[in-house]
Amino acid sequence: MDVTSPAVVPGAVKPASWTKRVRQLVEGNLPMDHLLPDRQPYYVGSWVYVFGVVTIAAFAWVIASGIVLAFMGPQWWHDSGLGHFVNSVHFWSVQLFFLFMVLHLWGQYFMAGWRHGRAATWMIGVVVFGTSILAAFTGYLSQQNFASQFVAVNAKDAMNGAGIGAFFNVLNFGQMYGLHVMLLPIGVTVLVVMHIVMIRARGVVKPIDAEGGARS
Amino acid sequence: MKLKPMGATQEEYYRGVRMVPYDLVKELVLAMAGVGVLALLAAAVFSSPDVAPVTIAAWAHGDPVDFVTTATGELAGSTTSAGYGNPYNTNGPGQSWGPIAPQQWFGNRIPIDSASTYVINPLQRASFSNADLGTALNTWQGAGATPQASWVDAYTKALANATVSGGQVSVATGDYGPLPVMMSNLLGVAQAGGLDGLLMINGRFYQTDYTQALLFMGDGSYLSGLAQQWNLTGSQWGMMNETGWYPGQTWLWLYTMWYQVFPFNSDSGVLGLNAGNADLGIIILMTLLTVALALVPLIPILRDIPRWVPIHRLIWKQYYAPKTTRGSHLIDRR
Repeated sequence: MDVTSPAVVPGAVKPASWTKRVRQLVEGNLPMDHLLPDRQPYYVGSWVYVFGVVTIAAFAWVIASGIVLAFMGPQWWHDSGLGHFVNSVHFWSVQLFFLFMVLHLWGQYFMAGWRHGRAATWMIGVVVFGTSILAAFTGYLSQQNFASQFVAVNAKDAMNGAGIGAFFNVLNFGQMYGLHVMLLPIGVTVLVVMHIVMIRARGVVKPIDAEGGARS
Repeated sequence: MKLKPMGATQEEYYRGVRMVPYDLVKELVLAMAGVGVLALLAAAVFSSPDVAPVTIAAWAHGDPVDFVTTATGELAGSTTSAGYGNPYNTNGPGQSWGPIAPQQWFGNRIPIDSASTYVINPLQRASFSNADLGTALNTWQGAGATPQASWVDAYTKALANATVSGGQVSVATGDYGPLPVMMSNLLGVAQAGGLDGLLMINGRFYQTDYTQALLFMGDGSYLSGLAQQWNLTGSQWGMMNETGWYPGQTWLWLYTMWYQVFPFNSDSGVLGLNAGNADLGIIILMTLLTVALALVPLIPILRDIPRWVPIHRLIWKQYYAPKTTRGSHLIDRR
């Protein structure tokens, strides 16, 4: 890789063109061989690294099945066998997504994955987890079945008690459905992309050193 | 956060570490395929939960006494939603913890008058071609608060021993004013499915807001009775469960757990936190815990535990292998 590109040369004169500046910023922070590397440190062979990639894979299935459900409309998964099957794929992909994400989170905790300047990557990961919980919650409220009714009736107390219910009305299907199929998936996707870009930009963290490398 | 120029830094970071070929795209494609097979198999074999929702008509047919008792409570202002407070009305104080009272701060944003919404307005529509009902409504609305309270009190007590015949609710003879006629008609409207529609319309044609209907059903015991059978109630760990044997939102285990433990399951509690303001207390607690999780890299002890607990040695087994073999993996660890 060319490590002497203008973007990384100390003291280099910044170009007048904003477009060139953005391009150099991107190229300098995330060259293609970091975004799609074909070589990794040998210790990346550990099975724990798989949890991250399977989380992304499950998320892709959640989005794909969700797009079909959103396109066909809220009645489809109740009235048609195929619709119910796609709904089932969505349901189980979500379960797998959370299972893998929690395993990834615990794995990264015990690897202290935030070391060596990666704290923001960890923090964005926690925000991904929280936003995903909200996305799943609105999904359970959008199912239009008995569970949705009872979850809504009970969850309103928590939302209202915290003052959130005045703006986030869990009894309003239209609001929950809109958030679930549009805003929250976009939010999770953007955050996941940020998380991955930060990982690829910095590379995976080194193993915890016996000499005390956990801090920093 | 400003990223350092990674063009130089990543190479510097890995200097001396043995790099091996790694096909990231292939790994992602294989993961997509593997997870896809799992999801498709689970969908084909286990399907997914979809128990039909309860309608007000089903409630009025399934438990007419509970329906009439709830409707009478709405008229009297004694149901949960009638005395809820914000955001539905100002009849209750809402939850607070010392000066922290967000339920009060944001006001009455979703106003619902229980007596009008659930009883008076639907009956006024139904009285269009029903002279008896029109007379009963006029009697009720023309009476003062004292006779109204007396009728409601007597009728509510009588409903405890009510009988059901042919879908109609009968109570012992007594002075209930116009209530038996009003409630008999409201039950009939509900059983015919009229109340489901009336609570949804609200002057609009297109409608996606179920707030009124769900609050009404939540005030009765029919919905929660069914939920009990499906293990969905709060004391049964609520949202972690789904109907049937399906997993629910299992990732909410920590949130639902707090409702089962002191002080959130206690009437007296401690430091002002108790079952009465459990929702607010638990939301505050979970917010703090989530922030703490995000800030783990900055919190001493929490950030040091991974170094003390040798799970990382299991994860990076190859790296921590005895020196005789490790030398072949690592050229320079710094």
